[in-house]
Amino acid sequence: MNGLPASPTPSLMACARAQLERDLRLVWRRRGDAMQPVLFALMVIALFPLALGNESPMLARIAPGVLWVAVLLAGLLTLDALFRSDLEDGSLEQLLLSPVPLAWLIAMRVAVHWTVTSLPLLVLTPFFAELLQLPRDLLAPMMLSLALGTPLLSLIGAVVAALTVGIRRSGMLLAVLALPLFLPVLVFGAGAVVAAAQGLPWMGAIYLLAAGLAACLVLAPLAAATALRIALT
Amino acid sequence: MNRLILWFNKTGSPPLFDRFAARWAPWCFAVAFMGLAIGIYGALYSVPADYKQGESFRILYIHVPAAWMSLFIFIVMATQAVIALVWRIKACENLAMACAPIGAAFTIITLASGSIWGKPTWGTWWTWDPRLTSELVLLFLYVGVIGLYNAIEDRRAAARAACFLALVGLVNVPIVHFAVEWWNTLHQGETIRLIGPSKMDPSMMWPLLATALGTKFWFLGSLLQRARVLNLEQESGKDWVRNSVGMSNSEY
Repeated sequence: MNGLPASPTPSLMACARAQLERDLRLVWRRRGDAMQPVLFALMVIALFPLALGNESPMLARIAPGVLWVAVLLAGLLTLDALFRSDLEDGSLEQLLLSPVPLAWLIAMRVAVHWTVTSLPLLVLTPFFAELLQLPRDLLAPMMLSLALGTPLLSLIGAVVAALTVGIRRSGMLLAVLALPLFLPVLVFGAGAVVAAAQGLPWMGAIYLLAAGLAACLVLAPLAAATALRIALT
Repeated sequence: MNRLILWFNKTGSPPLFDRFAARWAPWCFAVAFMGLAIGIYGALYSVPADYKQGESFRILYIHVPAAWMSLFIFIVMATQAVIALVWRIKACENLAMACAPIGAAFTIITLASGSIWGKPTWGTWWTWDPRLTSELVLLFLYVGVIGLYNAIEDRRAAARAACFLALVGLVNVPIVHFAVEWWNTLHQGETIRLIGPSKMDPSMMWPLLATALGTKFWFLGSLLQRARVLNLEQESGKDWVRNSVGMSNSEY
C-alpha cells in the first residue's frame, strides 16, 4: 500500500486465535474482576426473598423472572468494559486498522465476554434455582432459555457498547439504550419458563430465541463494527 | 440535472434549508392549528356521546392521532437516519435528530391520554397489555436516541451514532410488539379491545381525520423549526447565520 512491504494478511482463524488468547489472558490476569458478575447476580437473587418474604410457593412462582433479571443485569454491568480498556490503551484503533474484518474480531470479543460473564452464571444456574426453590422440572427450560438467551444479550449489548464507546461516563446511558433492546429476549426467555410452569408448550419460545440468536450471530457483529466506526470517527 | 434532485440538493445546503424552514414552518403551524381547532371542536361539541362509554370516549380524538404520530415519527426518523448515514447529508442528520423529541412528546401524550382514558373504561390507569407495553418501549427508544445525541460532544458524530441507534431501534419495534403479544397469550391477559376507527360511525369519524391532519402538520412545522435551530447552532459564526437572525457584525 503506502510503499511498505506487503506483509501477508493473516488468516481469519489465526487472528481469531490471537484475539481470543489475548482477551482470555487479560481476563485471567484479573481473575478477581471476572468473579464480579457472579457475585452481583447472587446478590440480586438474594434481594428478592429478603424483600418479598420467603414463602416457597411464591418464590417458586417468581423464580424464572428473578433468575432472568439477575442474569440480564449482571450482563449489563459488564457491557461497559467490553471495549473500554481497548479504547484507553489504543488497541481498539489497531483493531480498526487491521486487515481482518472488524466484525470478525468483534465476534471473538463477544465470545470472550459471554464466556467470562454468562457461562459461569449458566453453570451456577442450578444452584441459583435451588436458592429460589424453582421446581426441578423447570430447570431444563430455564437452562435452555438462558443458554440461548445470554449470547443474544451479549451480541445486542456489543452493538450498544460500541455506540457509546466514545462517551466517558456512559454507565446510565448504556442501560437506557440497552434495556429496550434486551426486552424481547427477556420476554421470550422468561416466557418459556413461565409457560413450562403452567404446563403449556414452551418450545415455541425457545425456537424463537434460537432464531433470534442465529440472526444476531450474523448481524450483530456487523452492526457493532459499523457502530464502532461511527463512534470513533 | 433533474429539477427534483436539484431542489433536494439545494435545500440540503444550510443557508437554503434555513430559508426554506423559516418560510414554511409558520404555514405548517397555521394548518395544524386549524385542523386541531376544528377537530377538537367537533370532538367536544358536535359528536354525540358514545352509547357505551358515554362522554369519556372523546379522549379518543387526542389519543389515537397521537398514537399514530408516535409510530409515524419513528419511521420518519429512521428513514432520515438511513439517508444521513448512507449519503452523509447534514440536513438529514438534523432532521432525524429533530424528530426524536417530537416523537417522544407524542408518545408521552399517547401514554398519558390512554392512561386517563383507561381509568373510567377499564378501571385501571395501567395494564401490561401488549399495546401499552410496546408504546412504553417506543418511549424508551426515543429517550435513548435523545440521550445518545446529547451525550456525545461532536455534533455530527453524535447525530450519526444516534441515527444508527434509531435504525437498530426500528428493527426492535416489530419484535417488541410481536414478543409481548406472544407473551400475553401465555399469561392470562385481559381481553381489551381498543375501538377500531374502521368500526366507527362516519358522524364520529371526521373530527378524528381533522385532528390526524392537524397533528401531521404540527409535526411538520415543529420538525422544520427544530431542524432549523440545530442547523443554526452548528453553523453559528458564519455570515449567513448572522444575517438570518438579524444580527449585525458589531453585535456578534
